[in-house]
Amino acid sequence: MAVGSEIVTKIKSVKSTRKVTTALEMVSASKIKKAQDQMNASRPYTQKIRQMIGHLAKATPEYKHPFMHDQDGANVGYIIISTDRGLCGGLNSGLFKNAVIHMRDWESQGKGIDVVTIGNKAATTFKSTNVNLKANISALGDTPELAKLIGVVKVMLDAYVNGELSHLYLVYNDFINTMTQKPTVDQLLPLPETDEEEIADNWDYLYEPEAKDVLDQLMNRYIESLVYQGVLENLASEHASRMVAMKSASDNASDLIKDLQLIYNKARQAAITQEISEIVGGAAAV
Amino acid sequence: MSTIKCDIVSAEKAIYSGEVTMVVASGVAGELGIAPRHAPLITQLKPGQVRVHLEDGTEEDFYVSGGILEVQPYLVSVLADTALRADDIDEAAALKAKEEAEALLKDKTKKQDLAKVQAELAKAVAQIQAITRLKKNLKR
Repeated sequence: MAVGSEIVTKIKSVKSTRKVTTALEMVSASKIKKAQDQMNASRPYTQKIRQMIGHLAKATPEYKHPFMHDQDGANVGYIIISTDRGLCGGLNSGLFKNAVIHMRDWESQGKGIDVVTIGNKAATTFKSTNVNLKANISALGDTPELAKLIGVVKVMLDAYVNGELSHLYLVYNDFINTMTQKPTVDQLLPLPETDEEEIADNWDYLYEPEAKDVLDQLMNRYIESLVYQGVLENLASEHASRMVAMKSASDNASDLIKDLQLIYNKARQAAITQEISEIVGGAAAV
Repeated sequence: MSTIKCDIVSAEKAIYSGEVTMVVASGVAGELGIAPRHAPLITQLKPGQVRVHLEDGTEEDFYVSGGILEVQPYLVSVLADTALRADDIDEAAALKAKEEAEALLKDKTKKQDLAKVQAELAKAVAQIQAITRLKKNLKR
């Protein structure tokens, strides 16, 4: 019987779509945990560096690292972290919207915008806008390595030290929990003043080789580790957001299948009823 | 025997944490042995071994590819680098990232075409959805 054969095909195709979305949902759910563990594992390093910088800044008041004082560069820099792949709801577009609003603020003050991107989505979005895309790295995978970020971060740090940039911002999605990810624009440079690290006893270190060299190295590592943490936060956000998006897609598919099934059943019933009445009508005529 | 707390961390994970009697590392200025009550010190590390002596007389070795060692009165922290670092290696990485951006900017057409097609596809799908919804409403 050919009744509603197109509905049957439609149901089949929606069912296979649902299979894909359910699979994606489950994959993301399992990856969230791993990303969160990575996030937590990287925290002690950043904390330690921050403490050390606090110590050093107090111990060497005569040397101010370039990252600590304001530069009067003509441009403002952004390091934008995005995902490599889509199908994660409004995660990237929400983030870019925030970033662009932030950039407009600076543009209205006559500054140029320099951007380095981490992840495919940011690169393809920002290369077609009027900002200068200075560097890009993508395909970091599910276990990002800090080593891969060194290049893009260095591009921006060099520009800052050379006086091209007045500020440097980090743009990423902050992972709050599975349901909530917050688009965030953080100031990296100049280093915002922190007074949380109160150092009780004030001793000075022995330095090998020089306080300045050690501080230089620490500063670079510090910024790199902040960017790295941003990447991990964004990765956890990506998986969480994808899981939620795919869950609602699967639910929608289920609803659609239900509706289609109902239409199909009705059509089939109508055809049967019609046939019976035809047969009965025919019999009566004989 | 007195001990001192030792933390070895890298940006990617915590490598070691515990009470030790001695930490041996290779600083840029030479081999260092840190015993409890060492004077506060900060030094850069060369790529090499960091060895900790535990209270029970055993030793543990960790390889670090450079980093920073800090000694406070009751704590030794090693901030290990995860990759070999040198100015020229960093420079090469920066150049590569720049080149990638340039390549992206160059093949504007290809990627943009793709984005355009994707946008058109999304539009078509939305239209189909609107039509099906309309039909459904008409049926009722």
